[in-house]
Order: sequence, then C-alpha cells, then structure tokens
Amino acid sequence: MALPAEVDLNPAPPPAEPAAPVAPEVAGRSPSRLAWARLKKDRVAVVSAAVIVLMLVIALGAPLIEWAYGIGPYDDFKARLDRFGMPLGYAGGIDGDHWFGVEPHLGRDIFIRLVYGMRTSLLIATAAATLTSVIGVLVGLAAGFLGRWVDAILGWVMDFALAMPFMVFALAVVPTVALRFYGPRDDIPPLFRGVVLVGIFAVFGWTGTARLVRGQVISLREREFIEAARAAGAGLGHMLFKQLLPNLWAPILISFSLALPSYVTAEAALSFLDVGMVEPVPDFGRMINKSINYLQSDPAYVFFPGITIFVMVLAFNLFGDALRDALDPRSSR
Amino acid sequence: MFRFVVKRLLSAVLVLFAVTMLSFLMFFALPGDPVSGMCPKNCTAERLERVRVELGLREPKLVQYAGYVKGIFVGRDLGTAQGGHCDAPCLGFSYVRSEAVTDTFKRVLPVTLSIVIPAAVLWLVLGVGLGMISALRRGTLLDRLAVGFALTGASLQLYFVGAVLLLVFTYTLRWIPVPHYTPLLEDPLDWASGLVLAWMALAFLFSAIYARLSRAQMLETLSEDFVRTARAKGLSSWQVHGRHALRAAITPLVTIAGLDVGSALGGTFITETTFGLQGLGRTTVDAVHGGDLPTVMGTVILASVFVVVANIVVDLLYAVIDPRVRLR
Repeated sequence: MALPAEVDLNPAPPPAEPAAPVAPEVAGRSPSRLAWARLKKDRVAVVSAAVIVLMLVIALGAPLIEWAYGIGPYDDFKARLDRFGMPLGYAGGIDGDHWFGVEPHLGRDIFIRLVYGMRTSLLIATAAATLTSVIGVLVGLAAGFLGRWVDAILGWVMDFALAMPFMVFALAVVPTVALRFYGPRDDIPPLFRGVVLVGIFAVFGWTGTARLVRGQVISLREREFIEAARAAGAGLGHMLFKQLLPNLWAPILISFSLALPSYVTAEAALSFLDVGMVEPVPDFGRMINKSINYLQSDPAYVFFPGITIFVMVLAFNLFGDALRDALDPRSSR
Repeated sequence: MFRFVVKRLLSAVLVLFAVTMLSFLMFFALPGDPVSGMCPKNCTAERLERVRVELGLREPKLVQYAGYVKGIFVGRDLGTAQGGHCDAPCLGFSYVRSEAVTDTFKRVLPVTLSIVIPAAVLWLVLGVGLGMISALRRGTLLDRLAVGFALTGASLQLYFVGAVLLLVFTYTLRWIPVPHYTPLLEDPLDWASGLVLAWMALAFLFSAIYARLSRAQMLETLSEDFVRTARAKGLSSWQVHGRHALRAAITPLVTIAGLDVGSALGGTFITETTFGLQGLGRTTVDAVHGGDLPTVMGTVILASVFVVVANIVVDLLYAVIDPRVRLR
C-alpha cells in the first residue's frame, strides 16, 4: 500500500490528543495505524519480521520437520563416526542425509537438534519475556500511580534487584534449587529446569519494564483524563487498567520485543555454563559448550549453533529497533 | 557532599546485608540437606554427620547466620577440620577444595581482574571513540560501517566469538598461544599473550554496545542549543566537540558503565569457561557443579560488593563530570 507523503511531515501525535490538522486525509489515522504503516515501509523491519516468523514456524513445526527429514533429535548414527568418535566425511560429516553433519562421539544429527533447540530457546525466552512484562507492568503501575510508601518500597526492591549481579546469582541459584528438590543424584526433568530458568529470569528481569512504566504513569496520572475518571467516581482498577494501561502499550511492546533476544542470550549463556537445560534436551548454549572441546578436530561443529543463535538474536534486535522507530518516531537511531 | 556519601554508604550496607541474608537463606536454610551435595559418592553416614556438626548445621539458623556475618567483619574460629581461625573477611571453609574460601579468592581473583580490567579499558576507548567519530561523520561510509559493527556485536555471543577467535588465531594461524595465566609481575609479555584472546572477545562485544550508545548520545547532544552557541561563538570544531559536546554526551555513559560491572563479571565467567582460564568465574562454575556451597555463596557476596561499590563510584564521578549535579 502506497502512503501519502504527509505521513512523514506529521509524526505520531501523543496519545489522547487529536492529530494536528495539517492535511485532512491524515487526521483520521490512529497512532497505531500510523505506526503499522511506518513499520510496513521499513525494509529492515519486514526482513527481520520474516526471519522471526520463519523461526517460529520452525520451532512450532519441529515434529513435522522431523517427519519430513526422517531423523529424530535423539537418534544416533554411530556408524558415521570414525574410531576416535569423529564424524566421517567433510566438515563434520555433511551430506544429503545429515545436512549439518553429526555430533562428535554421540553421532546425533545436528540439523534436527538445531530445529528442536530453537523450540527450547524460543519457548523459554517467550515465557520469560511475558512473565517479566506482566510483573513489570503491575509493579510499575502500582509504584507510579499509588506513589508514597508503595513507590518507596517498590523503588528499594528495584534498586536491590539491580544491585545483584544477575549472571552470578543465576549460576548459583539454578543448581541449588535443583539440588534441593531432587537431591544430588536424581535425574532432573527438563520441565523443572525450564521452570526454574524462567523463574530466575522473572525475579531479575522485571525491573526494566517496571521503571519504564512507572516513569510513564507518573507523567500520565496528572493528565485531565485521569482527573475526569476520578471525578466520575472510577475505582482504582478501572483507572489503572482501563485508563492508564491503554496509553502504555507502545513502551510495553517495545520493551517486550527487546527483552526476547536478551532472554534467548541469557538462556544460552546459562546452558553454556552447564546450569541451564541439561542433556538430552537440544539446546544451543550446550551445543556450543561441547563444540569448544572439538575446535581442533571438528571445527565445523561450533558454527552451526553459533550462527543460528546469532541470526536469531540479530533478527529480534533489528525488529525491536524498527518497532521502536515506528512507535516513537522522535527517537533517532 | 559528605551527607550524600554517608547516605549512599548506608544504603549500600543495607543492600549487602540483604544479599548475605538472601543467599544464606537460599543455600543453608532451605529445606533439604546442603551437605549431601558436598560429598561426592563415598561418604559414610558418620562422615556426613561430622561435616554437619563442623559446619554448625546442627545449631539454630539464626546462630549460623550471625556466625557467618561475624566472620565477614571480624573473623571467627572454625573447627580444626576447617583450618582453625579464619581471618577478617572470612567467607567460610570449603570442604570440596579443603581451604578457606578467602584463600581461594586470593588466588583466583588476580586472573579475573587481569582479564576484565584491560578489556574494560579497551572496550571503553574503542567503543566511545568509534561512537563519537561515527556521530561526527554521520551518514558517511565510516558511520555506516560503525553502525553495522555495533549491531553485529550486540547480537553475537561471547562464547561463539571466543571459539572463533581461538579457532582462527590459535589453532589455524598459530599466532597466539593457547590461553593461559602468568602473573603480570612474573612475565608481563607472557601475561599479555596468554590473555589477549580473552580481551579481544570481551572488548569486541562490549565496545559494540558502547559504540551504539555513545553514537546516540553524541547525536542528541550535537543537536542541542549549547553546541550551536559554542559554534556561533567561533570556537574551533575541536573545542566544540571535544570539550563541550563530549563532556555532556559522556555523562550517561558513566552510569551505564557502572551498571555494567555486573554483566562484565558475568562476561568473564563465560570468557573463562570458553578459554579454560582458572579465574573466579571458572572456580565458581566448578563449585556450582561440585556442590561447594561456601565458595558459591562467597562469590555471590563478592560480586554484589563489586556492583554496589561500582554504583557508588559512578554517583561520585557524576558530580565530577557534570557540574549541574549537586549531591545531597
């Protein structure tokens, strides 16, 4: 859809105020329609969105891909290894049957493990980003709107959460919790590991969104529409969720979209340090951890998970930036 | 100024107190048995019980916690099996390593500091420099290359970059030896050659982040009125950019640099694991896997001290850099 040039001359009006009547045909557009139009015109946004959709399809359709590919993530192909456990053939055993080769020693197919690894990664990142956004929004609304001692206490908790080095803490907590629930020798179900990971991300991750929402609420709560709602006798819940929240969706959406890649990264980093997801669940971080032992004997191995996670995070980052530009045209990259 | 410092210190002490309490609760007071994880396979029931008594786990939780905090400030006496008296910053005794946690830290901390300090200097200089130059040459090829570099770096993973550097420079080209640690004072050249890959990996990723931030800051500053005024006064472009704009643009970066101390620590954990360097990070990862709770808890506290101190330093630096800030 071609857009009239006037759109650029008239950047998004602040919410709750009518657009300046420069050209009559622009006046009827809502801020979200303007943002959508801007996003569609942005080539980077379109390409990165396509990559993200492709990844989602791969992650959701993993069993279908397994069926079409004919190899499962846990099947091993020991016949494809030499007597030192290294893959036979060129670049880690790439051929028509194994598109990305096989793992040294275990002989599992790398391609299908990446497909399922994407599932692990996206599932944990999405759950963590959703949970942190919800907590952050609730805390931010409460702190910003209620003010006084609520704000003071929540502010202190926020400072406290920021003062703790996340990586160090996560490293310490995840195995400790597992040890407490399952003892030192029991097998820990992957679901439990996933829940612990999402939980620890939630404990540390909400501060960013909370700060953002709090700041916005503080400036919005003095506006007339809140005063009007209060004068009309609206309850607290109505003012928070029906009046304030609809004005906040843009910053929340931006922070959500930029949180996703950071959780993809964090999950992979923890798995790389061997405290994230455990064998035999396919996971990017652990694949890279293992591949480092084979840098000399099988250098191709490190590149498949490494490049996959790079493309994934890059697509999310680019899309997040494009989304911010579309929703907030005043920000300059 | 004085009042501000006292206030900051008090709140820092409060945060650290909460950190010790929280980690103590998590590691020693949760239901379950912290000792069973410390003893690998061949532990008899009596030995486990003896360890429990020596660790003071049979005493009330509050007494245990008070003992731990007392150890940090004034030192305390541990049982003979735990090496007798433990001096002032006492973080307990590790059965797995059979040495005091403080002694372990004294040995491994120089490794981590040797990785992170030169790397931090490198990434601040490179990142801020690149960001400033690309802001001043906005729209040129150089600027576009810098933006591309920043985007790529922000999406790359430390362990992947580390692995590729290792593969290229050590295993393929053989220019740089396998990463290792030699104390700086023993052999500076060997110290540098053993750690240069770790510096490169860390500096590459972090300078990308700083290049992006400082470019955005500088662009914003350059559009402000005081820069226009400075230009209108007829100052040389060096004075306008170097003295007026840079000073204003760098202030928010100082805050971010202070907040980044925590993630830089996390970064060294990954770097040490990637390159097989026995620093604080590698030691902690080993301790986590070996169920060595006193060492893990010590790391959590030490890391929190770093972050809290860095935040205070940032607040003070702020007042020095930005004359508009008054500390109250």
